[in-house]
Amino acid sequence: MLSTAARWFGRLYALVMNLPERPMRWAQGHLPDGRLGWLFVGPNLAIFGVFTFLPIVIDFYYAGTGGTNLLPTERPWVGTENFSSLLACKDYFDPNSCVRDQFWYAIWNTSKFVVLQVALMLVFSLTTALVLNRKIIGRGFFRAAFFYPVLLSPVVVALIWKWVLQRDGVLNAALVGGGMQPVEWLLGARSAFGWTVFVSIWAHMGFYTLILLAGLQAIPADIYEAASMDAAPPWRVFRRITLPLLMPSVLVVFVLGLIRAVQIFDEVYVLTGGGPGSATTYLVEFIYNTGFSSQVRQYGLAAAASLLLAGVLLVLTLVQLRGMRGTKGDSRG
Amino acid sequence: MLASVSLRAGVATAALLALGAAASAEAADIRIACYSDGNECPATKTLAERFMKDNADIHITIDEMPYKQILESVPVQLAAGNGPDIARVSDFAQVAPYQLDLTPYLKDAAYWQQAYGPVLDWMRAGPEDKGIYGLMTQLTVSAPIVNKTLFDQAGVPVPAKGATWDDWAAAALKVAKATKTPYGMAWDRSGARFSGPAISEGAKFFYSAGHPPVVDAGFKAMAAKFVKWNQDGTIDKDVWVSTGGGYRDAFEEFANGKIAVYLSGSWQLARLQKQIGDGFEWTIGAAPCGPAACTGLPGGAGFVAFKGTKSPKEVGRFLDYLASEPVYAEWMVMTSNLPANVDLQKKKLDYKLSPAGVAAMTAFQDNATTLTPLAYKLQGSQLSRPMFNATVDRISQAISGQITLDQAYERITSDVADAAAAKAKK
Repeated sequence: MLSTAARWFGRLYALVMNLPERPMRWAQGHLPDGRLGWLFVGPNLAIFGVFTFLPIVIDFYYAGTGGTNLLPTERPWVGTENFSSLLACKDYFDPNSCVRDQFWYAIWNTSKFVVLQVALMLVFSLTTALVLNRKIIGRGFFRAAFFYPVLLSPVVVALIWKWVLQRDGVLNAALVGGGMQPVEWLLGARSAFGWTVFVSIWAHMGFYTLILLAGLQAIPADIYEAASMDAAPPWRVFRRITLPLLMPSVLVVFVLGLIRAVQIFDEVYVLTGGGPGSATTYLVEFIYNTGFSSQVRQYGLAAAASLLLAGVLLVLTLVQLRGMRGTKGDSRG
Repeated sequence: MLASVSLRAGVATAALLALGAAASAEAADIRIACYSDGNECPATKTLAERFMKDNADIHITIDEMPYKQILESVPVQLAAGNGPDIARVSDFAQVAPYQLDLTPYLKDAAYWQQAYGPVLDWMRAGPEDKGIYGLMTQLTVSAPIVNKTLFDQAGVPVPAKGATWDDWAAAALKVAKATKTPYGMAWDRSGARFSGPAISEGAKFFYSAGHPPVVDAGFKAMAAKFVKWNQDGTIDKDVWVSTGGGYRDAFEEFANGKIAVYLSGSWQLARLQKQIGDGFEWTIGAAPCGPAACTGLPGGAGFVAFKGTKSPKEVGRFLDYLASEPVYAEWMVMTSNLPANVDLQKKKLDYKLSPAGVAAMTAFQDNATTLTPLAYKLQGSQLSRPMFNATVDRISQAISGQITLDQAYERITSDVADAAAAKAKK
């Protein structure tokens, strides 16, 4: 019985596996040399074309149109009006002097967020990775615990922290239980901003820790043995051995973290909704509000802002590529 | 023999399936996108089922969805040509380009003009538009909801008819201090909620030219008071400031006894009854006054029909059915809503409510009588939502200290002008 089933399965498997043979033979016979590759990448290219490149082209078109109509054919062409409106400012350091003050609040908030969040995340991820790389009790448990938030949906992360931080939340309940006064964590501009940085680090740190941990484990142990025989102090070992050899991983973490930080939206949208005022309104939320959430939907303005964001991300990606090439060159040398 | 029986059974089944398919192909499908404040969608479903029994050629499907989805998804679906036949909306301006003029499909358009005249304007694109685009599923009135138990505990009388907003604020703060309640008042985070008090304070919103300047002396007077009350702890700042973005109500704060006075409206009646019940005594206050008026803001949601429907006649028949006086009256009783039908407003509907609910309904009806024509006009303006949004965004920024009140006034004016310009671009 079992052998019959195995035989049938074998035949079915062979049939399925042989299915592409005829069309492939035909293609080999009829397509000129070097063209066969297009056959393989064609489906992927078609999917990318429809779902990635076409939206980019549409985005460019929308950025040059105005009004509130959704259909491209019903939108008047306004040229660079959306860009000039976004960039019109008396003093770029004072959003209130700009025509689109919310856009500039978002720009500055995002800039501050990126600097603070990436720097802190790098420090915390590296520290955690260094600790988890040592032979400590419960190392497996801690590795899983630090990685666990990465598995959660950003909305879940934000809701958990909202329950903790809101006026009647867990944190204030603990403070009141301890005889202290409750604190309005999300009502002050600075504290709300600080909490968005913290929650974002908490949610993503595990992923970057994992990358750095892999980098640490790739450093050959004999180098450390040699350093120990030379009685090198730990700080010098870290500065002269660990950090230089970990640099490629640090660079990856830095650039990935930077790109992710510029794109911050979901956790903050659920946690603070961009408030208080515009204190935690970041660039992607501005785009979302302008194009999809406000009652008068300015798709053109949102498209123009998203192109400016794309420009920033492109620069960051180029920096990453350049950095990667640099570190590869170093390792060869 | 067995084969012959199964063959016959098969043929019979196929014939039945074909008949069923033919019958369903004949029935006109009407799809309604609906959201509920209380039980509006289930109540409409009950009436739709009864309607379908008498009108076998029409099949109605009600898709219940969250309010946010109606706001954000339905306009996009309509623009893409995949919208529902009817939707329950409160922001009529957003779907105005897609609305279907029902006049040719109604049995008696004159009845609609007479019975629903004052609110038909809300669905129209402008003063020159005379179309009938839908049916209001309720008339809502904003009003202060009072935690009477807290007032009694504090020994403070609930401000009577004619009391000003200053009287209300002072009384609420006194109650909060006496009963150690965190805050005196909370207002829903909504520009509509702010606009009633602003009109009472003298805000005009429109000038003769028709273009809305929004900010004038009356508006500024109310805005200054509102910001001050938020900053001195009279009003719960959390509602307007702690979250950015759009609407947020303060019902949970009120239901949990954290505020003495809650500015919301008649659509909360079902929740008040269900969630609070007899947990504490609550009443509806008379519309607070200002130097210019004692008004809240009328509003509500309505079923509007869309041009994209393949069954305009059937849509008209169903809405005709709902609009007929006995059915509409039953619908209002089922949903505990104030009627938008002017004839029914004069009659006493037999609401199945608790004594507190009946008293609340009477109070809301009384407050409806003090609504000013400006309040009706503002609600019906194509720019009311941009005005409301700008008010919420900018006043929130002023409360949080991000900008000054003067900067907020400038921004409200420019935000509304920007929205008007964007809407005007064709």
